[in-house]
Amino acid sequence: MDVERKFRPGERVRVMKAYPLGHVRTPYYVRGCTGTIERLCGAFPNPEELAQMRDGLPARPLYRVRFLHRDLWPGYGGDPADVVEVEIFQHWLEAA
Amino acid sequence: MTDRGSYQPLTYFQLMEVSLRELLVEKGVVTDAQVDETLEDMRRRGPERGARVVARAWTDPEFRKRLLADGTAACEELGLDVPALRLVVVESTPEVHNVIVCTLCSCYPRMLLGLPPDWYKSRNYRSRVVREPRIVLAELGLEVPGDVQIRVHDSTAEMRYMVLPLRPPGTGGWSEERLASIVTRDCMIGVAVPEVTR
Amino acid sequence: MIERSHHDMGGLPAGPVERGEHDYAEWELRVDALMTLLTGVRSAKKLMTVDELRKNIEALAPDAYDTMSYYERWVISITQTLIQRGVITTEQLARKMLEVEKRGR
Repeated sequence: MDVERKFRPGERVRVMKAYPLGHVRTPYYVRGCTGTIERLCGAFPNPEELAQMRDGLPARPLYRVRFLHRDLWPGYGGDPADVVEVEIFQHWLEAA
Repeated sequence: MTDRGSYQPLTYFQLMEVSLRELLVEKGVVTDAQVDETLEDMRRRGPERGARVVARAWTDPEFRKRLLADGTAACEELGLDVPALRLVVVESTPEVHNVIVCTLCSCYPRMLLGLPPDWYKSRNYRSRVVREPRIVLAELGLEVPGDVQIRVHDSTAEMRYMVLPLRPPGTGGWSEERLASIVTRDCMIGVAVPEVTR
Repeated sequence: MIERSHHDMGGLPAGPVERGEHDYAEWELRVDALMTLLTGVRSAKKLMTVDELRKNIEALAPDAYDTMSYYERWVISITQTLIQRGVITTEQLARKMLEVEKRGR
């Protein structure tokens, strides 16, 4: 049984502003930032556990989260509509 | 310096590769034949596979819809063998330009494009394209108009991305094969756009 | 900076992007093929995950990470992982490396 999904496309989410050790697939540059759920990619074993030779189960929802460049980089010089999309596991996200 | 002729000693890393592979073969973990077959598979997978998918999407609106909804299933429909690939196809339009990267390692849609070029895996590209995409694209020879939205796709986890570029004007009535011939690898990464040369 | 791992470079300042590329050498392709086989894409038996590959690459010292080529990082990481997994031992690897070197391939 997979972990239940908490978010739907269009919802605003904030990425956990945490800097743990281990193998992490949430890039540094989005931690603490707020974006919008673009889509649910599916449910997958947790890579943080897979990296340590454990099974990473139950599978966890993985989302694609859309961030505005201007929300990530102070003084961003391009089009204010420019975005970056990042895959983030649910346990790194909270409602914003 | 002594002339060593054509003999080149193995580097530490090449020595590691030979040693590791021979140990694994001795232990029955892999066979030489499996290694050779896998190499052959890799050699068969080049950007012309992705180009075929793009050309079909340009000529068949229903296929395009299915491709955008489920990239992997659409590739399989074309008879492409794409093991372990979870493909998301992102469509560029007159209003949106897409570009792909993996800032954490170098994830890449290799089942459709073959192995990535060195620059895709470089620190310079991985560091900068998420922060100043317009400048990086310009360095690679692509000027994106200021009113076109840029979407950078950072392949941080399970999905792999491929850009469906905008079909250029002047290609009306072209066959799928001819269309595929202008879809380069870089167009499907998003650092170039298809061009019609005469 | 310990809280930001060296590989996690998105957004950091860096130099211009140049279109460099090379044809992969046979040994590089063989490293790639080994990874494909060990993660069970082709063979039946899955002996490691891509996340272990990544973890052991991320564990490289920053200067090693930057100076090693892509497949140099991979072959080191795959070997580390298989030692951690007990698929091979350090002693077996040492003896095999001496044997290969002596053979002068």
